[in-house]
Amino acid sequence: MEWRWDFTIEILPRMLSAMLNTLLAAGIGYTIALVVGLIFLLGQRTKFRLCNWIVRECVEFIRSTPLIVQLFFVYFVAPQFGLVLSAWVSAMLTIGLHYGTYLSEVYRGGLEAIPRGQWEACRALNLSPARTYFRVLIPQALPASLPGMGNYLVGIFKDTPMLSTIGVVELMHTANALGAETYRYLEPYTMVGFMFLIISLPTAAWLRKFERYVGRSMGITK
Amino acid sequence: MSTQNHPLELPEGSPLVRFSGVTKRYGDLTVLDNLDLDVGAHEMVSVIGPSGSGKTTVLRMLMTLEKIDEGVIYVDGKPLSHMERNGQLEFANEKYLRTQRTNIGMVFQQFNLFPHMTALENCIEAPINVLGMKRDEAEERALNLLDMVGMLEKKDQHPTRLSGGQQQRVAIARALAMRPKVMLLDEVTSALDPEVIGEVLNVIRALNSEHKLTMLMVTHQMGFAREISDRVCFFYEGKIAEQGTPDQIFNDPQNERTKQFLSAVLDAN
Ligand SMILES: Nc1ncnc2c1ncn2[C@@H]1O[C@H](COP(=O)(O)OP(=O)(O)OP(=O)(O)O)[C@@H](O)[C@H]1O
Ligand SMILES: [Mg+2]
Repeated sequence: MEWRWDFTIEILPRMLSAMLNTLLAAGIGYTIALVVGLIFLLGQRTKFRLCNWIVRECVEFIRSTPLIVQLFFVYFVAPQFGLVLSAWVSAMLTIGLHYGTYLSEVYRGGLEAIPRGQWEACRALNLSPARTYFRVLIPQALPASLPGMGNYLVGIFKDTPMLSTIGVVELMHTANALGAETYRYLEPYTMVGFMFLIISLPTAAWLRKFERYVGRSMGITK
Repeated sequence: MSTQNHPLELPEGSPLVRFSGVTKRYGDLTVLDNLDLDVGAHEMVSVIGPSGSGKTTVLRMLMTLEKIDEGVIYVDGKPLSHMERNGQLEFANEKYLRTQRTNIGMVFQQFNLFPHMTALENCIEAPINVLGMKRDEAEERALNLLDMVGMLEKKDQHPTRLSGGQQQRVAIARALAMRPKVMLLDEVTSALDPEVIGEVLNVIRALNSEHKLTMLMVTHQMGFAREISDRVCFFYEGKIAEQGTPDQIFNDPQNERTKQFLSAVLDAN
């Protein structure tokens, strides 16, 4: 099988628009995961033991089952219980929850790295618990959490092909469709791999720069 | 209940701070043992004693960083560790603690400044968000305090850019910005290089002589305790083994433990 440039150029517009969907899915999924992670984190640190326990168990449960199983469950099984969600909504919800559990662990690591004295100073100054978290502890946990957060951004991006299995029209889905329509697989799949590469590599480099920038601008590293 | 003999309020003219029969345990270890300690308004009280005798614990209990097990702590005549409910004292809840805690300020051995905030931001965070001050007003006060501790020029620096002595002076300004009635100082010079200890001690001297602030200070600096204190308390195994004026404690200690401790410390220097 020979590489055909004319075919490559012919399918390029469709691939690029699928690429946009991939980026959109990763972006939305990650944003949800960032927030869900924070909710999972704080939900385990309330003064209500029962709440902490329930959240902790949910996090453990979600973390220890594969993403694709959860995806199928939400998209194919949930409707049988009356919860009908579109492919996109199922996908965003599942990625958000799944990666939210990972991010809550990343945040937790960042929080635990903060010296105890910071919490004591907040209490001595009588800051409210909300202020203590959002103004003092979380901003300090951020620089330590950024590398982990960056990894999961790239991780979500690389997991988006899984969404093709429930019919989200992203890169992989489009490449599959093109293959089925034209019986040519070389160009579509090569382009998928290449497109992932040209996004992932610069993103990873940019993330490292961003980590240094944040550390410096917060005055935490010199 | 162990609080039965404790009044709901102290009578007029009582000391600003009173520990009344306070016990604190960690598991089997009794760290404060039925402790009675008074600190009068405008008094400077130093706490000295061997490592592990409970000096830091006294301050942490008064700062309400942790709960006591028995006894009652009063501040300004009102219970601090406890609150009144149906004519009885019971352990204070968080809401009550938040109303009482503003009376007390603390400076830590490790400074504990917020590293992501400048010196000035460190000093206005709580006044704005806890005392509800306007930003202008909080800044004006903070600038005065930073000036008083000699840190006005560094007001826009982050703590990582400051020396230990400078950080500690900012930490003192930050605590003062809350206008506490009592200041707690826990070995505030122990983490400092010898050459910057003096600048921090000078600030404390000024607080004592010019502002007549009520202070409870844990220190290993016997010379300083002797010079500045109205009263010195020698702690041993969670109790005050001996207390008195600096002259009594340092020149004429009565308790064997005090004598041993002082001779060991003075030998080391
Ligand atoms: N959170 C804790 N859990 C268990 N034990 C503790 C805790 N905090 C303090 N202790 C113990 O309580 C005792 C008194 O501690 P504290 O810090 O009050 O001593 P200190 O007089 O300040 O000593 P130093 O001069 O070394 O600072 C020590 O034996 C210490 O190990
Ligand atoms: Mg101590």
